[in-house]
Amino acid sequence: MNKKLLLPYGDTLDDGKVQLSFSLPCPCNPTGDAAAKATAEAMGLYDVHVVHSSALGEGFSFYVVYGMRKDPIDISTLEVRDVETQAMSKDEVEAFIAEKFDRPLVFIGASTGSDAHTVGIDAIMNMKGIHGHYGLERYKGIQAINLGSQVDNETLLEKAKEHRADVILVSQTVTQKDIHIRNLTAFVELLEAEGERDNFIIVVGGARISHALAKELGFDAGFGPKKYAFDVASFAVNALFDKMRHQE
Amino acid sequence: MQLAIDKTIMQDAREDAKAIAKAIKAFIDEKTTTSVERSILRLLGIDQATDFGVPLVNAVVDHIVEHGDLSRGVCHYMAHAVKKTDKSPKAIATLIASGKMHMKDFAKKAVPDYSVLTPYFLATEKIIQHQAKKRREHLHEYDVPEKYVIVATGNIYEDIKQALSAVEKGADIIAVIRTTGQSLLDYVPDGVTQEGFGGTYATQENFRLMREALDESTKTHGRYIKLVNYASGLCMPEIAVLGAIERLDMMLNDSLYGIIFRDINMQRTFIDQHFSRVIGAYSDIVINTGEDNYLTTTDAFDNAHTVIASQFINEQFASLAGMPSRLMGLGHAYEIDPAKPHSFLYEIANAQLSRQCFPNAPLKYMPPTKHMHGDIFNGIAQNTLFNIAAQLTGQNIHLLGMLTEAIHTPFVSDRALALNNAKHIETAMLALKDELTIKPGGMIEKRANDVLKDAKKLLESIREMGLFKALEKGTFADIARTQDGGKGLEGVFDKHPHYRNIPMERFMQALKAGESNE
Ligand code: B12
Repeated sequence: MNKKLLLPYGDTLDDGKVQLSFSLPCPCNPTGDAAAKATAEAMGLYDVHVVHSSALGEGFSFYVVYGMRKDPIDISTLEVRDVETQAMSKDEVEAFIAEKFDRPLVFIGASTGSDAHTVGIDAIMNMKGIHGHYGLERYKGIQAINLGSQVDNETLLEKAKEHRADVILVSQTVTQKDIHIRNLTAFVELLEAEGERDNFIIVVGGARISHALAKELGFDAGFGPKKYAFDVASFAVNALFDKMRHQE
Repeated sequence: MQLAIDKTIMQDAREDAKAIAKAIKAFIDEKTTTSVERSILRLLGIDQATDFGVPLVNAVVDHIVEHGDLSRGVCHYMAHAVKKTDKSPKAIATLIASGKMHMKDFAKKAVPDYSVLTPYFLATEKIIQHQAKKRREHLHEYDVPEKYVIVATGNIYEDIKQALSAVEKGADIIAVIRTTGQSLLDYVPDGVTQEGFGGTYATQENFRLMREALDESTKTHGRYIKLVNYASGLCMPEIAVLGAIERLDMMLNDSLYGIIFRDINMQRTFIDQHFSRVIGAYSDIVINTGEDNYLTTTDAFDNAHTVIASQFINEQFASLAGMPSRLMGLGHAYEIDPAKPHSFLYEIANAQLSRQCFPNAPLKYMPPTKHMHGDIFNGIAQNTLFNIAAQLTGQNIHLLGMLTEAIHTPFVSDRALALNNAKHIETAMLALKDELTIKPGGMIEKRANDVLKDAKKLLESIREMGLFKALEKGTFADIARTQDGGKGLEGVFDKHPHYRNIPMERFMQALKAGESNE
């Protein structure tokens, strides 16, 4: 692939202008300003200007800083991890299921651990969907079971077995102190310990979830903001079809 | 700035709400819960936990459930035990927790002489009264709106640093948000905590530490800073007791929130809520209610009336608990999709309608949250509009919006930027609301009256079917819960004919006496 070089753009090509803001746990004084400048320089910025600094009470200070990047990045070398399946429309998903499977597919989902947020999982699973995209419940050929929120990993697995689910959907919204990482890791470990990992396609979603993160944690796919039922359905039906072919 | 509002509709809505609350009250008067009983033990001076971290109050109540009959109430058992042993309730609890004493034999005993408990209740009441007095000494210092910010680091020591920084930037109220999962714990953790997620554990020691730090800052800044936490979840009334003892000034206290957003059993939490509101009223603590949250799962324009309806119901629940209007921090929010034309006009209509329906209540006004996205710069624009709405409609408890709402719990700088923004609007628009009149018959006035009409209609239908049924139908937030579903029902007990909740009786009596003094 051809090299494709890129620098941030302020108002002139390749000026490399970057704008940052952050706080430091030190008083707001000339030393603080110098510390802010040095912090930005340590990030690889040149020609750094601290354009604003203010005290945030005792021992904290806030900075707005400008700087320049000099070394361009080469976009052609970047590895972008995204779900590779071509997204199909709801109609296409339904036709795919009708053609390739002789039974309805069961999707079971929950917002897990201590997470009480349901709007995300509901947007994917419930009839109504979101932003004009219907949820899985409305798909012909899909049986969608939404367990709601605050469901622990063990219960989710138990219910998945009980309903002979094909796909398990996990939603995680609270990410502070990496609680989602712990909880998601625990889920994969639970499946593995029980010898159940290969029995399900497992998918995670949430505002701070990316496909790359999901793969890293041992999920089959991950979906973040602006992803809808048709995205996850497209991925899942394809994955199930592949799995079926491999087993034959 | 005043709206012409149909007074008869408002009156009728209030009547419906009163009937709704009274029907629930009649139901809960026959019942008690494990958490109510634990709260009574806390009021008897029982604090701390066993070496295994089991709070002594849990040890005692669990013991009675297992070996006796909780329907008689802990007062029955403790009165007998104190009489028999001549020891303090705390000493008795310690013995029970270590298996050195048994309550079983008291279960069948006749009605005890409850007066042996009076000195212990009095001791806690003294503390609470002292705290209330301390707060009152500062009360004249408030401007409206009061600027309210949250801290939610998970670590109480980090929370304190962030709180102090916010105070220096002009915050009036500091709320410590609770960690995920705490509302479902059937005990209050004991001691200092430094690890929480999306918030910090509510414990007596954490309350004390934050209170101490804020009092210290009052000395340097000459400004009393209010402290807030959550009397909610399965331990609602216990946390109300701890808040009263450690001088919290305001507590989130709304069983509807727990039912809808945490799936807590409705019977359990209505019973718990009543006692915690009595405790709050007695301790002069403002409650905050959570109807603003309904708009996070439903469309805020279409469901504005559900918020008003819920405010009317919460007002009546509070009033049945002896709470005066000045302690009712009824909630509402600025959540209409900013892409909707005229959204700001509709927000003004809602906020002013709440203001006029509850003129003496310190309304709690929540910032935009749902339509906040990763574009933090646009977030500032939304928060600015919200601040203007708060200023124009004279809201009291002004929760400041964070530009990073969609991303993480606030950074120290987010809070400072929010406080600067609010101050900017407040200064610029100090007298604006007195200079403006709302166009009679215009869009704002029409919208407010429509919302009120819909709220009245909703209240009428809830009155007909009862609040339990209404919740089963998903009336609020579009989330349905069943009367026997959710968490905590196993902690609900019918009262024995001789059951007594002595502190509740004492508090209600004091509140009635106070009323006639006013
Ligand atoms: C609404 C809301 C609430 C409501 C939730 C109501 C409900 N029933 O869901 C209420 C008020 C109850 C609430 C409570 C809390 N909240 Co909240 N809440 C929000 C808010 C405002 C919006 C979230 C939302 O609904 N987004 C809309 C949905 C559609 O988006 P989404 O979840 O990203 O979903 C999309 C994709 O991610 C994806 N997706 C999501 N899940 C899944 C799953 C699968 C399988 C797939 C394929 C895709 C997928 O598809 C969806 C459609 O595109 C955000 C702030 C914000 N603006 O984002 C805070 C926010 C998420 N909450 C937050 C916190 C901390 C809490 C509390 C923990 C606070 C507390 N300490 O009490 C509590 C929850 C307690 C608990 N036990 O969890 C923080 C989380 C911070 C963090 N990064 O950790 C946020 C970011 C606010 C903040 N800045 O502090 N909250």
